Amino acid sequence: MENYSSSISSTSTISINKVLRNTYLLLSMTLLFSALMAFVSTTVNVGHGVSLMCSFGALAMIWLVLPRTANSTAGIGVVFAITGLLGFGLGPVLNMYLSLSNGAELIGTSLGGTGVIFLALSAYVLTTKKDFSFMGGFLMVGLIIVVLASLANIFLSIPALSLALSGAIIMLMSGLILFDTSRIINGGETNYIMATVSLYLSLYNIFVSLLQILGVFGGDD
Amino acid sequence: MDWMKISSAIFLLLLLFLLLPRAKHLLTRSPKAESGDWQAAIIPLIGVVGFIALLVMLVGL
Repeated sequence: MENYSSSISSTSTISINKVLRNTYLLLSMTLLFSALMAFVSTTVNVGHGVSLMCSFGALAMIWLVLPRTANSTAGIGVVFAITGLLGFGLGPVLNMYLSLSNGAELIGTSLGGTGVIFLALSAYVLTTKKDFSFMGGFLMVGLIIVVLASLANIFLSIPALSLALSGAIIMLMSGLILFDTSRIINGGETNYIMATVSLYLSLYNIFVSLLQILGVFGGDD
Repeated sequence: MDWMKISSAIFLLLLLFLLLPRAKHLLTRSPKAESGDWQAAIIPLIGVVGFIALLVMLVGL
């Protein structure tokens, strides 16, 4: 009986490790692809309108296409399409910062900072094996509040609010990294495609928000 | 009429429609936090805040 229980446990551990491995592998590939698309976008010098269209396209794919393809190999193509669109959409933002004298430094620091945050939080969850699923509702409510505040700030244009929202987004996305990684290792998420998209979106938003914060405090206007 | 602002607002509204059902699902299905759970979550987040403060100091120099 004990052998049967330990056999089930080891099978479960193997499948969890497989999801984790596939998630990190797909995440690293999509991050590289996204970076490549961002580079192409900065070189071609696309406008803000194209960037917004890319965001709409990515949102439409996440909402309508991904749920239908996440359980098939087509889902991998969809993930690359989503991350490619989001990366391409970063072009105008990156060009704006590159026009500053220390722009490359700001972008490099944001990129490195995002990487360190992700690695540290992931390592924390993987080593402590804590279950952060209790945070789900709180994080979603926080995201909704941030989206509503961002909606208001589009028309109010308050710089301090914009900065506060960037800080809030970083905290919420960090919480989501803890939540998503915890779900994978505790068996709550078994689809590596969905897990990859969730983690990618957290990283993307941390990078953009960190870039804005560093741009305000360290930008050489 | 600033079409970029209106388009951005529409994007955020669509994002809201995407998030609301997920938020409702998670609010009803999420397990309750046990003793020490929130501490375990807040400690790394405080670390993130400290790290960002360090980065801000570094770029400001």
